[in-house]
Parts: sequence; structure tokens; C-alpha cells
Amino acid sequence: MTRLHRWPRPGRAARAALLLALGLLVSALQAPPAAAQQADAAAFAEAVQTLATGDREARERAVDRIVEIGHPRAAAVLSALMYRRLATVAGSDRVVLEPEGGGPLEDALTGEPVENPEALETETIYASNQVRRKLRTAVSQVQIFAEDPQARLASTRNIVRAPSDATADLLRRALDREEVPRVEQAIRLALAKVELLAGDAQTKLAAIERLSGSTSPEVRSLLLRLLDRDDVPAEVRTAAREAAASIETRLTLIDWGQRVFQGISLGSVLLLAAVGLAITFGVMGVINLAHGEMLMLGAYTTFVVQQVVLAVAPGLSELSVLFALPAAFLVAGAMGVLLEQTVVRHLYGRPLETLLATFGISLLLQQGVRTIFGAPNKEVSNPFWMSGSIELIGGAVLTYNRLFILVFALAVLAVLALVIKRTTFGLQMRAVTQNRGMARAMGIPSGRIDALTFGLGSGIAGVGGVALSQITNVSPNLGQSFIVDSFMVVVFGGVGSLWGVLGGSMVLGILNKFLEPYAGAMLGKVIVLVLIILFIQWRPRGLFALKGRAGEQ
Amino acid sequence: MRLPKCLLGLTAGAAFALAGGQAAAQSGEPIKVGVLHSLSGTMAISETTLKDTVEMMVSGLNDSGGLLGRPVETVVVDPASDWDLFAEKARQLIEVEDVNVVFGCWTSASRKAVLPVFEELNGLLFYPVQYEGQEASKNIFYTGAAPNQQSIPATKYLLDQGFERFALLGTDYVFPRTTNKILDAYLNQNGIPDADIMVNYTPFGHSDWQSIISRVKSFANQGKRTAVISTINGDANVPFYKELANQGVDALDIPVVAFSVGEQELSGIDTDPLIGHLAAWNYFMSVETPQNDQFIENFREFTGDQDRVVNDPMEAHYIGFNMWVQAVRQAQTTDVEAVRNAMYGQTVQSLSGYEVEMNENHHLSKPVMIGEIGPGGQFNIVQKTDEAIPGDPWSDYLAESENLTADWTYPWVCGGCEEPTFADAGLIGVD
Repeated sequence: MTRLHRWPRPGRAARAALLLALGLLVSALQAPPAAAQQADAAAFAEAVQTLATGDREARERAVDRIVEIGHPRAAAVLSALMYRRLATVAGSDRVVLEPEGGGPLEDALTGEPVENPEALETETIYASNQVRRKLRTAVSQVQIFAEDPQARLASTRNIVRAPSDATADLLRRALDREEVPRVEQAIRLALAKVELLAGDAQTKLAAIERLSGSTSPEVRSLLLRLLDRDDVPAEVRTAAREAAASIETRLTLIDWGQRVFQGISLGSVLLLAAVGLAITFGVMGVINLAHGEMLMLGAYTTFVVQQVVLAVAPGLSELSVLFALPAAFLVAGAMGVLLEQTVVRHLYGRPLETLLATFGISLLLQQGVRTIFGAPNKEVSNPFWMSGSIELIGGAVLTYNRLFILVFALAVLAVLALVIKRTTFGLQMRAVTQNRGMARAMGIPSGRIDALTFGLGSGIAGVGGVALSQITNVSPNLGQSFIVDSFMVVVFGGVGSLWGVLGGSMVLGILNKFLEPYAGAMLGKVIVLVLIILFIQWRPRGLFALKGRAGEQ
Repeated sequence: MRLPKCLLGLTAGAAFALAGGQAAAQSGEPIKVGVLHSLSGTMAISETTLKDTVEMMVSGLNDSGGLLGRPVETVVVDPASDWDLFAEKARQLIEVEDVNVVFGCWTSASRKAVLPVFEELNGLLFYPVQYEGQEASKNIFYTGAAPNQQSIPATKYLLDQGFERFALLGTDYVFPRTTNKILDAYLNQNGIPDADIMVNYTPFGHSDWQSIISRVKSFANQGKRTAVISTINGDANVPFYKELANQGVDALDIPVVAFSVGEQELSGIDTDPLIGHLAAWNYFMSVETPQNDQFIENFREFTGDQDRVVNDPMEAHYIGFNMWVQAVRQAQTTDVEAVRNAMYGQTVQSLSGYEVEMNENHHLSKPVMIGEIGPGGQFNIVQKTDEAIPGDPWSDYLAESENLTADWTYPWVCGGCEEPTFADAGLIGVD
């Protein structure tokens, strides 16, 4: 077993300090490198020990010390602490770490693998935010000289967080020895950022010049910090103000673009919630207040499928959402057919009774789910391919889950349009809803078509519920929060029109997202509702009104 | 199976004696403990576990022989996260079920709804959640934190760390609005101008956080270090934290300090992307004391679920329940007036090992702790006070309340007044 030299704990601290002082003295005197190296190793060992067991302030000092010493293991130890891979060993002073990307435990000081790691009782060291902030800078300062170009590149992102003359020097030194063009460019950019706050007036002006075309919120942030200072010469101030203003203009544009995306994303959620209703309400004219509960059934089906997949084939759990799609369609669709056969069909032509009956059914379904699954929310996990985001220019962010839902909503709409326009069932469905008597005369079983149409609308709602389970809480009340929005979309978009649902949901989504920042989420919704009421006064048939005889029912 | 007769007789006798003994220890009318927590709806995520806590405490009390020689039973109702239903159910508990005490409520909206009922019917409510203050009813004991025991110290912690801009995000109801009003005044008094404070409210159960979080990000990118103070309540927190993680908001850049998020709300979320975000409470499950270990073990055994977590409002019920038991024993009755008077000065050893005391203003002296979310949804405590801080319901930072005092003992006898109810008439025999 590698027995590293144990560094004395308190009591012998004086000797340590003496040795350290001696080491510094020796190095100052340009003594033989061997002695200096030994002293460095000792100082490094002490600093690592403090890092492991000290309080916050001691840790922060130890981080500084480690950067100062520049030991070859510095980067490994610092990033291990940063990412909670550094551990103490019970019953000894030893500090071990788990190497980046996994692998056997290794000794923090020497980097040699620990023998027999299972026998050791280790405790991971947690560093608080303050220490980790310091670590992040420290790691970047050490890593700027790392051998891996990728590490150097990563370092340039974090090193600008502590703009100082020392950081600027460090970057200049790194620039001198850099050979990879891509990294060199990154270092130049980082240096310009640092020079905004840590250079003389001339350097600052050059840096502002260089950065004025940026679309980075970080640059704007640095410029504003510069403007906040009192010791800035007037010309620098003017240049900085102009640069900040031009970045601001570009960022505002990007921000608007992002808001449009968020609006479209909200629109796609509304689309998924409403598209089933476009069939049951839009095509069949049934005011189905239990529509929200079909969404909820879909979401709960996702939960059940996830549980089943976890139990049967845990390896496929990341794909359980995909399995849930057909299951949710079948469950909600079957419920829809059942509903139509038992209740709705007896109430055709009596909207008020339908409204009351379906409202009662919605309560029944909610309570049923509550009884079976319990009242607390169910946790549906996001697969890894729906977590995270893509970062675009200017700090704009598109999250994967929203992107997927957008694509998915459009796909559902397209499939539905195909079914209605291109299949026999779609043809029969349109025939029955447009002229029941004539359709029957042509031999179409109108009763069965009604049931299937209602089932289709409900099934689509179930599929929408699968998507909703990814972005909202799966609870028995899930449907309630979408039912009003769904009706709003269908009425606004134009009853009976699939394009209306698409247009209506997108317009409402974008409108909502543009109002939200100014009016707040609550008032934003109220304003949207008022606007819709006014719009309906002006165009009672909605955005995309059906024309001709079909529209005159 | 054949047993010698004498042995049989002995066993039967022993069994009889045991049963009889039990009956002697717990006879007569059971003492009724009302539980008024939402078991469904948006607040069920937080409140269900509090019902379990009270049930565990009652079962423990019965195991140790009951109270005043009587058995204790719980009466559980479900107000379903509906504030009006809270008032109805409170009335039902007191008038129909005739309970002796009620443990309940989470949101301030629900507490405000039941307050008139408890005052009218002279009931007794133990309220276990941190809240906004500006209230001290004679019929309520507030075992959660007042603002000076949670929101103010947490904000001070951020100021001490050099944060200069603050986004205050909250659910749209009385607790976030009042808390933010207090924090706004506090921040202003500490040199933070209104331009550096952003306030945003969302409805209960809000799930689309994209635009709000990207707005916070651009608010934070203005050259000043920015932190978020969250008073978001209930299950809206789940999509909120998911969106934070998805948009890559790192706690090192924009930390979120939450006042209504604890171990319970985090269980079930992947907390790895949330590491370093903060919460301020008076207790964390991660405190290392023998009684805490025991409590966690007992709770898991009681619920039969080894993954259950424990949080601050549960500890508040633990403290409140023990104090109520002590007060009933001292008063030798469950009469509300007698118990209320016996409550003042009761002390209980908290799960974190502090001596917690009930003060005359119906608030506790409790320690204040700030924790960072660590791996596995547990908190690493980064700051805690050396001693228990007395709760002060009336904020010193708001002009309307800075001169108010709550004290239900002579000569004050009021929940919020500037002068004592009874003027100093001098001492008989001296003056």
C-alpha cells in the first residue's frame, strides 16, 4: 500500500509553518530546485489537508495556496472538490479522490490508485457555494495551462469571472504558449473581457472596440460593471456606454425571438390539449367538460407505463414515454367510446344536459383516479433526451422538452388531418357530422361512427396527456387547469377547423408570453380572456371560420 | 394443544390484568386531536406528511399511556387545498367533532380563512409553517418561523455574500406578498434600490416557467451579482426547479433561496442540477443529533416506508405537540383557556438539540439555519445561529407594524397593540 507521508495535524503546525517559511525562503533565494520541490510538496499536502477538514475560510485560503504552489496534482484535487469527488478516509488523515469520469479511487496527493478501496470508509467532502465559486476560478486558473486543449478551452469560460490584473497576466502568459488556433481565439476573447476591468485606459478602449460586436450578456454585464466604477476616464466611459447600448439592442432582439419561441411552445401545449376537443366539440358539437380528464387519464397512463417498464425492463426506462403513447391513446380512447355509448349519445341535441352530464363525469373520473392512485402528485420522470437545453447566441435557451413537445404536437395534428382527410373513416365521419340523414341513407352506420369519432377525440387527448406529464404535475386536477384553455383555443380558432386550432393555440400562446413579463402570469391570462371575448364579438366564428353550408349549421 | 390448568389460568389472569391495566391507564372519553391538512390538491405535496406526523405523535402518546389517563384519538379531515373548505372543516372539527385541539394549515391563505372560526368558537390551533407574520391570534400557536427567524436572516446571508440584485418570485397570495413587502423594505434599508429588485407572482400550480426564468436570467446579467428569493408554494415548485435545471441556472451564478421548499418538496426531483441552491428553515433533516436519528427512524417505521423524509414543519408539529401535551398535563385539563395559559414558557428540546421555548406572543424561540441542497435532496447546513432566536410576528421594517407588540399576558393582553391593554395603575400597598 502506498503510504504517503502524513502531514502533521495541529500541534506540529508550528513546524509546518517553519518548513513552509523555509521553503518560501529557499525558493526566494533560488536554491536548488529539488529542495524547493520538496517544500512545495509539503505545503501542498498541508493545503489539501486543510481543504478536506477546515472550515469555510480556511478552505478558501487553502484554495489560494494550492493555486500559488502550482503542484502538478492541483487541478485534479481542486476539480475533485468542486464536483464532490474528494473524500476523507475515516481513521486517518488521508484524502482520496475519484478521478474525473470515474475509475478506481486514487490518492489525492500522489495520484496513485488506492489499494483495496472497498475496505476504506470514505466520506465525500461537500464544499459550500462560496468555496465552490472560488474553486471554479482556481480550477480555471490552473487549467489554462492544462495539456488537454479542451480543458484549456473550458478554462477560458470561467476565468473571466474573476477579472483582475493577475488574471490578465495569466491569460497573456497562456496566449504566448498557445498553439491551437481555436483555443488561442478563445483566450484572446477572454483576455479582452478581463481587460475591460483590469487594464489601463488604452487597453480598455481596445478591449471595448474588440467586444462591441458581441451578443453576449456576459460582455454587457462586464461593461455595466465598468460603468459602475468611479475611476474610469471619460473617453472609456463613452465608448463603454455605446458598446453596451449596441449589445443591448441586439440582446433585445434575441430576447424577442426567444419570447416568440416560448409563445410557440406554450401554443404547442395548448394545441395538444385542444386538438382532441376540436373533434368532440368542434366536429361533433358536444360540449365535453370531461375532456380535461382525458388528458389526465393519458398522463396517469404514462405514470403506470413508466412503473411497469421500471419493473419489467429497467433498461428501457428512458423510452417508457414512447410506450406510453399508444397505451394512453387506447385508454383514453376506450374511455371516450364508453362515455359516448353510455351517456353522450342519449343527449345529442341537448347541449345543456350534455354540459351538466359531462361535468358530472369529469368529477367522477377525478375522484376515481384519486381513489385508485391517491391524492398526492405522481412523479413522471423526464428521459435524458428531454432534459437540458441548447444554448443559442445571446444566452437564449431552447429547452429540449419544449422542442420535443412542439414537434410532437405538430406531428399529432398532421396525423389527425390525414385521418380526417384521407381515410374512409375520416370521410364517413365528415359525412355524418355534416348531414346525418343523408349519410345514413348512403349506408353509413352513424351510431358507430359517432362512438368512434368521440373515441378518436378522447384518444388524441390521452396522447396530449402523455406530453403534458413531462412538463406539469401529474395530479387528479391536471385536466381542470387545461379545460378552459382548450375551449378558449377552439372557440377562438374557429369551431370545426383543425387549422383554427393550430392558429388559435399559437396566437394565444404568443400573446400570453408577450403579456406575461409586463402584466404578470395572472393578469396576463385575464387580459387574454378579455381580448378573446372582444374578438368573438367581432368575428363570432373565430379565426378560421368554416365557409359554405358546413359553416351554417 | 393441552396446557396444565394452572398455567392456563395464570396466562388468562395475566392477560386480564394487562388488559385491565391498559384500561385503567386509558379510560373515559378519548381526547380528540383534529388534523386539518390538505390531503389532495396543489398543497397535498407538502401537507400530507404533516398529517402522518400528528398521527405518529398521537400513536406514540397512546403507547406511553395516553394523556390524563385518557386515550387520545385523531380526527382527520381533508380540506383539499381549498381555503373556504378549510373554514368549513375547522368549524366541523370544533362544533361537530368536538376536538380539543387542532393541528393544521400550511398556506397563510388557509390560516387566514380559519382564524375567525377559531376565534369565534374559542378553539386552539397549532400552525407549523413559517409565515409572513403581522398576526398573533389568541387562539393560534405559531410553531413555524416568523420573518425574523427565516426570511430576514436568509436575505442578510445573501447581502453578506455580496449579492446586490434580488428577484423575488412568489405564488400569488398573502404569504409571498407580505413577505416580499417586508423584504423590499429590508433591502431598501440596506442600500438596495428598487431598480435592483424584481418581483413576480404566479398562480398556484403554475407550470410554464420558461419566460419567467429567462427573464430572471437577463435581469441577472446586468453586471451585478443576483440572487432569487423564492416564496413559491406547493407543487408549482416541481416544474420551477425542473426548468431551472433545464435552462442551466447554476447556483454559483444565480442561487435560489427558497422559504417553502424542504426535503419533502425535493423528494422525487433529480436534485443533481440543483446542488447549491438554498433554503432557510429552523431545522434540516441532516442535523446530526441522536434524537433526530431516532425521530427519523420512528417516522419511517410508523409510515412503513424507509424512503420517507422529514422536514421543518414536521419538526414544528413535533415541538407543538409535545408542548401541548406538557401544557395539558400542567393544567390537568384540555380546556382551551387553561391550556393556553399553561403554554407560556413551555420548553422542548428540538430535534436539532436546541432548547425551544413558547413565548407570550404565541411564537417560539427557534434556531435559524441556512442550507444548500446537496446530493440526494438533503441540505448541507452552511450557517446556523448559536442560540434560539425569539420569534417576532410584527416586522420592524414596516412602518405600520414597527411599534406593535404581541403579548397575551398581563398587562399587554393583546395580539398587536402599541400600548398595554391595562395601564400601569401602580402597585397596591406601595403606591
